[in-house]
Amino acid sequence: MTAPATSSPTTTTPATTDDGPGQPGPRAAEDPFDKDVLPTPPGATGALLRSLLAPLRARVALTTLLLLLQQAAVQAGPLLVAYAIDRAVPAWRSDDHGPLAAAGVGYLLCALASGGLQYAFLIASAHVSQDVLLDLRGRIFRHAQALSLDFHERYTSGRLISRSTSDVEALRELLEEGLQELVSVVLSFLFISAMLLWLDLGLGAVAVASFVPLYLLVRLYQRRAGRVFTARSTAIAAVIVKFVETMNGIRPVRAFRREAVNEAGFRVLNHRHERRNGDALLEMARYVVGSRLVANAAVALIVLWGATRVADGSLELGVLAAAVLYLRRLYDPIDRLGMFLNSYQSAAASLEKIAGLLAQTPSVPEPSTPRELPAPRSDLPGREVVFDGVSFGYRTGGEVLPRFDLVLPAGQTVAVVGSTGAGKSTLAKLLARFYDPSAGRVLLDGVDLRELPMPELRRGVVMVTQEAFLFSGTVAENIAIGRPDASREDIERAAKAIGAHEFVSALPDGYDTDVRKRGGRISAGQRQLVAFARALLADPAVLILDEATSSLDVPGERAVQAAMTTVLRGRTAVVIAHRLSTVEIADRVLVMEHGRIVEDGTPAELVDGAGRFADLHRAWRDSLA
Amino acid sequence: MAETRATTAPDRSAVRSLLRLWPYVRPVRLRLFTAALVAVLASCTGLVIPLVLKWMVDGPVADRDTAGIWLGAFFLLLLGLVEALLFGMRRWLVARPLAHVEAEMRAELYARLQRLPVAFHDRWASGQLLSRATADLGLVRMFLAFPLTFLLVNSVTIVFGVVVMLLQDWTLGLVVLGPALPVVVMCVYFERRYAVMARRAQDQVGDLTTVVEESVLGIRIIKGFGRHRTQARAFRELSSTLRGTELAKARLLATIWAVIVTLPELAVGAALVLGSVQVADGDLSAGTLVAFLSTALALRWPVDSIGFLLAMSQEAATATERYFEVMDEEPEQDAAVRSDPAPDAGLRFDGVVFRYPDADPGSRPVLDGVDLHVRPGESMALVGATGSGKTTLTALVPRLHEVTAGRITLDGEDVAALPREELRARVAVAFEEPTLFSASVGENVLMGADDRAGAVELGRALAVAQAEFVHALPQGADTLVGEQGLSLSGGQRQRLALARAVVGRPRFLVLDDPLSALDVHTEAAVEAALRQVLADTTALIVAHRPSTVLLADRVALLSGGRIAAVGTHHELLRDNPEYAHLMSGTGRQEDDR
Repeated sequence: MTAPATSSPTTTTPATTDDGPGQPGPRAAEDPFDKDVLPTPPGATGALLRSLLAPLRARVALTTLLLLLQQAAVQAGPLLVAYAIDRAVPAWRSDDHGPLAAAGVGYLLCALASGGLQYAFLIASAHVSQDVLLDLRGRIFRHAQALSLDFHERYTSGRLISRSTSDVEALRELLEEGLQELVSVVLSFLFISAMLLWLDLGLGAVAVASFVPLYLLVRLYQRRAGRVFTARSTAIAAVIVKFVETMNGIRPVRAFRREAVNEAGFRVLNHRHERRNGDALLEMARYVVGSRLVANAAVALIVLWGATRVADGSLELGVLAAAVLYLRRLYDPIDRLGMFLNSYQSAAASLEKIAGLLAQTPSVPEPSTPRELPAPRSDLPGREVVFDGVSFGYRTGGEVLPRFDLVLPAGQTVAVVGSTGAGKSTLAKLLARFYDPSAGRVLLDGVDLRELPMPELRRGVVMVTQEAFLFSGTVAENIAIGRPDASREDIERAAKAIGAHEFVSALPDGYDTDVRKRGGRISAGQRQLVAFARALLADPAVLILDEATSSLDVPGERAVQAAMTTVLRGRTAVVIAHRLSTVEIADRVLVMEHGRIVEDGTPAELVDGAGRFADLHRAWRDSLA
Repeated sequence: MAETRATTAPDRSAVRSLLRLWPYVRPVRLRLFTAALVAVLASCTGLVIPLVLKWMVDGPVADRDTAGIWLGAFFLLLLGLVEALLFGMRRWLVARPLAHVEAEMRAELYARLQRLPVAFHDRWASGQLLSRATADLGLVRMFLAFPLTFLLVNSVTIVFGVVVMLLQDWTLGLVVLGPALPVVVMCVYFERRYAVMARRAQDQVGDLTTVVEESVLGIRIIKGFGRHRTQARAFRELSSTLRGTELAKARLLATIWAVIVTLPELAVGAALVLGSVQVADGDLSAGTLVAFLSTALALRWPVDSIGFLLAMSQEAATATERYFEVMDEEPEQDAAVRSDPAPDAGLRFDGVVFRYPDADPGSRPVLDGVDLHVRPGESMALVGATGSGKTTLTALVPRLHEVTAGRITLDGEDVAALPREELRARVAVAFEEPTLFSASVGENVLMGADDRAGAVELGRALAVAQAEFVHALPQGADTLVGEQGLSLSGGQRQRLALARAVVGRPRFLVLDDPLSALDVHTEAAVEAALRQVLADTTALIVAHRPSTVLLADRVALLSGGRIAAVGTHHELLRDNPEYAHLMSGTGRQEDDR
């Protein structure tokens, strides 16, 4: 027998059978995952923003009110100056010091009020924006964690990181500056338009009419900038993906002298982002020129018309003077409107991507009507597992596991053997509910896994894989992932049981050694021991070990096996291993080939038979020579 | 969870940090200066427009001079046009150059990171590196685009305005200037505290990035144990801490802003009262007071905005600091002179001592005097207990880490004296964790060869590694793999990594447990093919199992940081109890460590 792929023309997607769906079949160019554009339901972006702000309605209102009051305090200054000059000075001359004192005190109060209100506003608005960001970050994080493995295998970690960093950052800019800009812009437009209309209906009408071209300009900018910002967000995500991949694979990068090639690749992606970034800035420049032009032309036009009317006597000079002064201020906030639009568009593009991510539904959903597991039948922890007419294929087609039935009685230790691509890992992932079967049911003590609440399922079924990832933190914390409320004694007991205690105690700070800090380096074999200790600590009813001892040396594996014979007693266990040493502790062996179970029996029966297992076993014996 | 890195240089002033940006800004300096000049011009144009209005009202309108009105309106339009174009020009001038500065800084950071020692990467969480490459550089670009220009424009405006006020009435002018000193003192005080907070927030963003990254990379474990709630709680704690820091930052900013808004206003109020009294007493004309106060009010925005402009500059300064923390790390340097090769052949470890550079200098080294000679064309298996330093030893050959003492020679040449490029071309490696990059299968394998290698070499390497499954992939050797491609099983990845190691027919081969994920049959087939390759290759092979050991001509036992024994498998099995224990699991117990 050779490698499975060459001998298995019937298996259409052999490459994907062992380790997740990946991308069976040619990668379509229009795959939304490839282009980093997940479908966003219409209106989802706005709905997301609304749902983020809804709980903070009162705070937003308070913030707006503070800003209104602050603006009022600021606008009062010029009025007090006018009052002082027109009233207080003449009064002072007639020895009435009251009005000037009033003006002085008034100015003092306004100054204090505008400072105090500014302070209050900034604090209130910081609370709003930070609460929204906290909420959004949490939502992205929780949703990403809830999405199933097949999603993660396609979306790439870099993109997820990009969503929760640079895209959230875009919203932060909008929230921190956007509200202030928007409110002050709207406020001055309203206030000044009203003043102008009150001063002179005609002049006011012309001023209001100038809003039409401005509005069109804004729309044009929004359309164009929307495209640019979406492209920019995609571009930075591509940069991040490349960056993360390089830094996580720095050893092979160095060993295979990939530096120059990587740099060239990074330059292309980085340059693409640079162009999009520049495009966004230029789009803003265009808007500024356009809107300033419209505003200045409107001023010239209104002055011309007003002045002509003054000349022919149909308008008072004072009115024109006042109108002209207000006009200048009418268009002052145009730039700030631009800034607001800028951050709005940037945030909208990012929010759309985030909304697209949040709109993804987990393909392994939580049950709508959860069922409890029945009480254990005996005092032993194991539970019965039944595969009832199960078959499995990836959405994109290609059946990986044809329909099969399998019963694993409670407390049985079952070894699954077979060559790479035979479907062993898929079987394990169905049992751990990383995937759901295409047809049929997987039952734990008679309860369909799909009806079990996730926490209950994860307490009951634990899977240890060969990739033993360590999180930042101490060794103890890494083991405690198995059971967060475990005491230090529990953690050490688990480590001792699996033979990890010695190396952990030898680390500089023992169990408190930070795995990223001085002397915290842990070899691949030791990482697998930590992963085992995690699983022991979790104390599950069903334990799945998928190649979990591949990096251990022989004594390490022996120690683990010795531990397992005691630890696994009474538990249901599924052990996948290329090395048949594991099989020695199994009650039963399943041999898989091309997604089918071809042999099933006790180790002794199979070794004595003439089947594949006997053959495998002989080869393994020989390899131990 | 990840923890905040200590702020390294709190005393470094913001200006000094920002000055370090100069080399990156230099190429675009002309555009940047021109843009600043244009911004000043645009502001001046804005100031002229009211003068034209005043002239029109006082002149042609009062005189009912229609031609004058048209002329005035025409000038107004012209000035408006100029102002709009200048505003746009400022942005147009800097748009591409600033995007370029940001990209350039990012590219240099990436290039530097690729060349920093592996020990550096062990120490730094990649989230911290990523946040430097994205969020921090964004802050720097913003600083160059906005605060830098407007601090200049505002300063010019303020100085100009103050001079005008002093000329109009120097006593009132002094009154208005009164708060300048306390404002500056307050600013300096708060900005310093703000800098600390800004730095803390940036570090916390880096930590948050790290948690996000780990939770994605470790998703199988989190899901396997149903720990997404715990993970989410950890994330929530960290993001709440960040929120707290951001709020503290906001409080500081709000305080600065409130001071900057209030104190000058109080002075203006005082000037108003004093001026009014003077006007009432006839010491001052009403017109002068009006002009004086309008100038004071016109300076409102330039003064007020200084608070947040400084805050933005401060953030850019700490972001720059963070950037240079990485850029200031020493990249790996090649030795200036190549040593003359000694008359020796094969791979030789000579008194090699290794302690991780960040380990306590007093602690026991991982490797403590390793002497080993792998003869040319020989394959040497390296056996040792879990955690005995086998992987560390293999990493020393291609100089992923540097020896603390002693030397390693390839055919008599000290690896420390070889250019790394050449060294790594000469030594091919297969790691315990087979990492594939986002590229096609073919590209991933051919990375191990020079550019001349093609389909023939690829086919041969795949055959050696028993990786014929490649031909059954959707697009054969052109199928994309790695993070952005097809996911392969551990065994498949390991075979590709092995193919990558042998594709270039290297003289020296270092394999770290290369067959751990293979089933017995595949392993046997790979071994048979690999023996052909190994016949004329000098190889060091880390092995855990008898089957892998049998690939090698001789075996070296690594124990207690030294090579405890060298011999054939059978010799050692017979004579060395520790080796026998490691290979069979029987005999000695674990009590000897």
